[in-house]
Amino acid sequence: MKPPDDGVACPLPITNYPRILMAHGGGGRLMHQLIDTVFKRAFSNPILDTGHDSAQLVLPPGRLAMTTDSYVVNPIFFPGGDIGSMAVHGTVNDLAMSGARPLYMSCAFIIEEGLPMATLQRVVGSMRGAAQKCGVTIVTGDTKVIDQGKGEGLYINTTGIGVMEHSLEISPARVRPGDVILLSGDLGRHGMAIMAVREGLQFETTIESDSAPLHEPVLELIKAGVEVHCLRDLTRGGLASALNEIAGSASVTISVDERMIPVREDVHAACEMLGLDPHYVANEGRCIAIVPAADSDKALAILHRHTISAGASLIGRVIKSSEPLVLLQNCLGAERILDMPSGEQLPRIC
Amino acid sequence: MKFLDEYRDADLAFKLAREIHRQTTRPWTIMEVCGGQTHAIVKFGLDELLPASIKLLHGPGCPVCVTPMEVIDQALEIAARPGVIFTSFGDMLRVPGSRTDLLSVKGAGGDVRIIYSPLDAVKLARDNPDQEVVIFGVGFETTAPATALAIFEAARTRLANFTMLIAHVLVPPAIEALMSSPDCCIQGFLAAGHVCAVMGYEEYIPLAKKYRVPFVVTGFEPLDILQGVLLTVRQLESGRAEVENQYGRFVRREGNPHAQELMNVVFKVVPRRWRGLGEIPMSGLALTDEYRCFDAAKRFGLDSVEATEPADCAAGLVLRGVKTPHECPAFGTRCTPEHPLGATMVSSEGACAAYYRYRRLNTVPVGRMP
Repeated sequence: MKPPDDGVACPLPITNYPRILMAHGGGGRLMHQLIDTVFKRAFSNPILDTGHDSAQLVLPPGRLAMTTDSYVVNPIFFPGGDIGSMAVHGTVNDLAMSGARPLYMSCAFIIEEGLPMATLQRVVGSMRGAAQKCGVTIVTGDTKVIDQGKGEGLYINTTGIGVMEHSLEISPARVRPGDVILLSGDLGRHGMAIMAVREGLQFETTIESDSAPLHEPVLELIKAGVEVHCLRDLTRGGLASALNEIAGSASVTISVDERMIPVREDVHAACEMLGLDPHYVANEGRCIAIVPAADSDKALAILHRHTISAGASLIGRVIKSSEPLVLLQNCLGAERILDMPSGEQLPRIC
Repeated sequence: MKFLDEYRDADLAFKLAREIHRQTTRPWTIMEVCGGQTHAIVKFGLDELLPASIKLLHGPGCPVCVTPMEVIDQALEIAARPGVIFTSFGDMLRVPGSRTDLLSVKGAGGDVRIIYSPLDAVKLARDNPDQEVVIFGVGFETTAPATALAIFEAARTRLANFTMLIAHVLVPPAIEALMSSPDCCIQGFLAAGHVCAVMGYEEYIPLAKKYRVPFVVTGFEPLDILQGVLLTVRQLESGRAEVENQYGRFVRREGNPHAQELMNVVFKVVPRRWRGLGEIPMSGLALTDEYRCFDAAKRFGLDSVEATEPADCAAGLVLRGVKTPHECPAFGTRCTPEHPLGATMVSSEGACAAYYRYRRLNTVPVGRMP
């Protein structure tokens, strides 16, 4: 690239590069320029703007929840979201699963040399929008650049801190026989949206990711006095993994009814075609809430009031204390094991 | 979902099951050939709807399961080489060879990729002219036309960097091998619907006559399988041994002539070793002389070394329907989907994997029919 023709005989260094260079992570002027013009501009708030090595936080009283997660999704942009909004939603949701109100978040970017600056700006803009919507403040961050060919464009790590404004103990240990399992909406959209883009699969309709924050309905459940025993978001491994994890931690048998588990028709069709089981497909805006049967109607009514969980349904029950086991009643009323997946689901030969 | 939910209707399923109960007067042993049918039977609990006197045996129709270990070893060797992109259908990736599997080769730096269509591999070869693209040609008559098309297309466009490691097998010779085995107790077959969609069902007529067993070409949804069982039971109870077609919405008597023609151009029939079953005469496909330059084993100079299968794995007996997965002492203990001893535990269509996944405790209550 030619330096800009600004009439100076000795060419000035280029500063507005259209792509990320190794120097953007080198600690020098270019890096500071990147931080100032991209990250600080997007995320600006009094805590971040002090520019210290660490953010100084004043936290409200109450127990705190903290979580961290890394996002390596490829492609960076997909129908229904992108790596930026997902990095906010994922961490907000992990906090929400403790019943915590999300407050602060860090974000660390690992950027592959050569990433278009416009791509980075679009992702950062999307993160900013998602964080604002979730009421979470991005207070600190980091940037590293890796050699071209050593990554897939962009990875993001986010760490979140939230406050628990309640005295419930929300954990698998609280799960009791008689509790009901509430699912916040239809399954499998995120996983199938990613797979469709990645593999170039085309369906009549575009499957959009369900990536979205879950904290609002969850916080309202708690505020309304629903005695929430356990919450779990259904990311990698989907519903089946989450139920098996809980059955394992609580040493209970959980029984769910396939006929009550909503799966959108296009997702169902894509899964059938590829030989995948929607119970194992990843979601980014779905959770289960395990509550006492007496609270079930009240909890469902609250979930139905929020767009994100408008499709919530009661899908099953905790039957008894036992060796960990998850059972699925199928469309013929027969019961079978819903097992923990042994690895990634692999598309079948035929 | 249209064309699917209709075939999972509980009332109709129970109606068919009641009719099977009504027609059955004696014990019958029926084998479903295809792994997809095994999977559906165990997943939907269809065997629980049948009379106790009807025994369903799970046949050798899982392509992943019957691919011999030495071919897997060849795949592993090719995939580990630099400059190679090794492409495969997804469920071959976890199948253990003598020492490792494709997922581990990928982890160690091999370029192993999952494809959904063999033509994707052709495109990869076109897009990566400096690399050797190899496709693992696995499957029965169902997938053979698709891989034949890939070879045909590679030849047409003169692709020099595309080859196939071929492990295609054929269903009728395997049925012949099962029926001629002295410990055979199979009295009727549910023939694999998708194989017959390609090949038609005329080749089963001589088998039905020779061994006096009924064949019912059967689909993969609960109602298909129950209807297939009903038609088989009706034949058995009335002493008939004919070939019937339950899967009329996909299968014609003559099959798909275009697909067959393509297979005949690209492939020839050869003897082949099956995992668990040994060598079966004229039961596999190899490239014809015209297309032999696309043979990966030749291109990479690989010799076929016979690999020994783990001694405590009963996969061979399971594939022949002599044992059920529960009867294997290693089942669920030394052999699990994470550490499979044999391929029947790996593939989602393998009988052992289906049992492990859906009923490993053997304590699941029997479904009650209204």
